[in-house]
Amino acid sequence: MKILVCLKQIPDPEVAPRDFRLDENNLIADPASAGLVTNIFCENALETALQLKEAAGGEITVLTFGPAEAEDVLRKALAVRADHAVHVINPGLLHPGSSGAACVLSAAIRKLGSFDLLMFGREAGDWGEGQTAGLVAEHLGLPFVAFVDSLQTTESGLHIVGQTDSGREELTAAGPVVVSITNSDANVPRIPKTRDIMMAHRRDITTWSLEDIDLTEDLVREAAGSVEVTELFIPEKDTTCEFITGDSADERIDAFARRIVDVIGSI
Amino acid sequence: MGNVISCFLPGTEFDRAAQGLLGAAARLASACQVPHVALAACVSDTMTEALERHADRVVCIRSGLLSNDHPESCLAAFHAACASLDAQTVLLGQDARSQEMTPRLGYRLGGCSIGDAQSIDMTDGGLSVRRSVYGGKAVAVVRASRTPAVVWIRARAFEPAAERSDSVQTEILDVEISDGIAATQVTGRQEESRTGVRLEDAPVIVSGGRGLGGPEPFEELKKLAGVMKAEVAASRAACDAGWVPPGLQVGQTGKKVAPELYLAIAISGASQHLMGITDARVIAAINTDAEAPIFRHCQFGLVDDWKNVVGPLTERIASLLQ
Repeated sequence: MKILVCLKQIPDPEVAPRDFRLDENNLIADPASAGLVTNIFCENALETALQLKEAAGGEITVLTFGPAEAEDVLRKALAVRADHAVHVINPGLLHPGSSGAACVLSAAIRKLGSFDLLMFGREAGDWGEGQTAGLVAEHLGLPFVAFVDSLQTTESGLHIVGQTDSGREELTAAGPVVVSITNSDANVPRIPKTRDIMMAHRRDITTWSLEDIDLTEDLVREAAGSVEVTELFIPEKDTTCEFITGDSADERIDAFARRIVDVIGSI
Repeated sequence: MGNVISCFLPGTEFDRAAQGLLGAAARLASACQVPHVALAACVSDTMTEALERHADRVVCIRSGLLSNDHPESCLAAFHAACASLDAQTVLLGQDARSQEMTPRLGYRLGGCSIGDAQSIDMTDGGLSVRRSVYGGKAVAVVRASRTPAVVWIRARAFEPAAERSDSVQTEILDVEISDGIAATQVTGRQEESRTGVRLEDAPVIVSGGRGLGGPEPFEELKKLAGVMKAEVAASRAACDAGWVPPGLQVGQTGKKVAPELYLAIAISGASQHLMGITDARVIAAINTDAEAPIFRHCQFGLVDDWKNVVGPLTERIASLLQ
């Protein structure tokens, strides 16, 4: 089975709000205010792919679109034993967005050949729209299933289990399919072995420019231009917490209880 | 100018999310002075009647192949219908299938797609959407440069629409679907076992975090939730530790909730968690640390150890509510 996993590098979502800053000219997070990490849902996708490969055989290609630093997410993927890594270099587009990313990723996928399964994270921890996987499915004319948390190969094709609003849904896909992976107990990312981390640094990464995949900056900009970021700001906190006071614990609990009952009564 | 279309996928019921979606679409349509068309497929008669009381037009898609078991045919049907209805803006709800369909529908209609909208406005330059980014640490405003804009919204956080004085008559739209029917097929569904309402629909939530220290305290939270007629939820730390099932997790990697009251107990308020509660109307917290980030999002709070508070608080609320 040929599996493709798309990975995205994002500013570390765990950075504390007090350290988080924006680059207001470019309408992005200030690159100096947060370290860069692999998006967690992408790591869940890679973990799911690794388990599927262990169960059913096959090979895993990881693909990213990003600046030179994004090579790091590919090295980390190679360290947990992804088979091939492909890096399409972002020449400096600040807001490729889902549409621009989908345009680039699908062009790279076409060049890479056919895959049985194309995996994405459910959404990214930076802009978090969860649109890219569905858009890639459209570019490539493939079916799509979102919020998937487990996959198995069967004789009739892929058995896919996804999370729904009220529980879980099982699907089958006869041919190639695009899925977006959500987190579950079963796909917590593994920790690479030290030796594999060292080995990963020696592995080859295929590096492509936009021209290598028959695109140009203008074409990607045009795709990305379907939406435009017009503002980005850190919201002012308009709530000031009223700390419940009182001379004794009983008084404070009574006052707190009354506030709660007031809110419940207003529903 | 085209229509504002609200989409109700197979199986949608007239719950808070559907009401919020109708409200958002009705207000946008009214601001743009265009009709609001509610577009539905495979929904109950009750749902159809509710749509007839809230939209300017109600269109039900009819197709032999259309059902909730064929996601690809569902997309093809809504695409064909939106294309024939002169869509200016297409709004979908927050349910998993709507989220899944949004980018694909936008692509097929030759427009654009935006996810997770917290507010929507029509400006001179096009539809403008406000949304939370960077794990809730920033807010972005994005504008749709291509029409139709297909957008899924945090439906439960939008005000419901006013009912019409009259009711419109549902129109049936026959749609031919030819492609992709068997590409994926739903072969089974399991409903999560739960006793109360879904967390996403709960008006009151009592939530516990790492500071509780183990599974037993959640029994106390359940008692408190019982008297408050609330649902119990948890932070990622409490779920990851195995104290409660993962289905109770609220946050970026869990459920996004929109209750009238969210009571956070022993939750510090990592941005990951706050991301899941931005649509709550009132947030209150009990925490030993007055500097905990959760308090920056609270209307009122109590600085104390949950161990001293939860028992007496349960009794006090029970007697006040009697």
